[in-house]
Amino acid sequence: MSVPKYWRNIPQRYRLEAVKCIKCGKLFFPPRPVCNECRSQEFETVHLSDEGKIVTFTVLNSAPSKFSYQTPYPIAVIELSDSAKICAQITDCDIDKLYIGMPVKLQMRKLSTEGDAGIINYGYKAVPA
Amino acid sequence: MVGITSYGAYVPRYRIRVEDIAKEWGADSESYKRGLFLNEKSVAGMDEDTITMSLEATRNALRRAAIDPNKVGAVYVGSESHPYAVKPSSTIIAEAINAVPHCHCADLEFACKAGTESLFITYGLVKAGLITYGLAIGADTSQGAPNDALEYSAASGAAAFFVGTENIVANIEATYSCTTDTPDFWRRDNQVYPRHGGRFTGTPAYFKHVHLAGKMLLEKTGVTPAEIKYAVFHQPNGKFPQRVSKMLGFSKDQIKAGLLAPSIGNTYSASSLISLTAVLDIAEKDDLIMMVSYGSGAGSDAFLFRVTDAIYQTRDKAKTTMSYVNERLVYLDYGLYAKYRDKIIIS
Repeated sequence: MSVPKYWRNIPQRYRLEAVKCIKCGKLFFPPRPVCNECRSQEFETVHLSDEGKIVTFTVLNSAPSKFSYQTPYPIAVIELSDSAKICAQITDCDIDKLYIGMPVKLQMRKLSTEGDAGIINYGYKAVPA
Repeated sequence: MVGITSYGAYVPRYRIRVEDIAKEWGADSESYKRGLFLNEKSVAGMDEDTITMSLEATRNALRRAAIDPNKVGAVYVGSESHPYAVKPSSTIIAEAINAVPHCHCADLEFACKAGTESLFITYGLVKAGLITYGLAIGADTSQGAPNDALEYSAASGAAAFFVGTENIVANIEATYSCTTDTPDFWRRDNQVYPRHGGRFTGTPAYFKHVHLAGKMLLEKTGVTPAEIKYAVFHQPNGKFPQRVSKMLGFSKDQIKAGLLAPSIGNTYSASSLISLTAVLDIAEKDDLIMMVSYGSGAGSDAFLFRVTDAIYQTRDKAKTTMSYVNERLVYLDYGLYAKYRDKIIIS
């Protein structure tokens, strides 16, 4: 990932910053400039909950080279307690014990590194609660 | 009054037993277990480092007290394993808790006492009235070279403290710091693993400084060891803190609650601070707590805390330190441990 792209995503990756349409209340994560429900361009910044539950998940056994040392690892759709759904890796877990509906918490973890000398990409992962 | 307004700890769930390290090198595990009082140590996960652990400890502190990030005037991270050689860990923590941009940040380094340095400095800034809250963190993913004595103890963990003047859970009654130039442990630039002076790390280094700092703090305050409920020392192993506590006149009961090295190893910059969080989890109002850190190179920071009744409204809002020490543990064999700690060079 390029440094500017990583930097632009910091509010979402570190703080789960989302936007809520002031007119119709629809939540967007990541933020977007126009509400696709009511076309409003007025939003307030909100922070998503770091607690949720697994909606569905899959286990990756054959991963892109940057992540191959972590295999096998699960990726899940997680519904946060404020109803937003996000996609995240599940870490610190016993893969055989994962189940749909399992409560999880989001924590900041290293997502990847840009080689030996590039930046470290931090972001959220889910951990069984 | 200036003191700790909230605190949090984090210890990774992974462990490796002393036997599993000794087995790889043909060493006698019993000599480490009996001689140094070490049973196992914590190991950071593949996706954990000083920054991620610091943030989780900080978030536990924020769960205990809803501190307005706009009032956090300083963030200091003490560690000898900052993920970047150049690029602060503290800026990432400040950004993650939304304390930016009106915040002073710095990374500190002084071997194992970098964490208490951050507490020392934030205390000074709050006391001087320069900031409302300061965030002091000690964290490490410490490394011991394969087959070195340090490999049995070098562990991972973090502790975070908000220092302020309101809703204090532990008032800072007094501090004392001592420093000399003592080359007992070092890591040269671009070296992966530290080197140490073997037995030289004992009497002229750890014991001299920890004993002096503890003794001077007691003299400065006029408090006797018998008046202190809990004493917490830096723990390079399980043996050194027990011996120095005896030298200072403390009983085994006074150090028991904070003696975590046998279970999690030496978490370096976080060592005495994680032990302090374990003590705060069980302390009662008006209890006195003495904490003395040690950093090779060398120096010690000593603190005397008095617990307030605000502790009862605060501490149950986040996971206790002992739950990190004892629950959901996963034991690694040496191969997985080497993979987790990047000891395997893949070309």
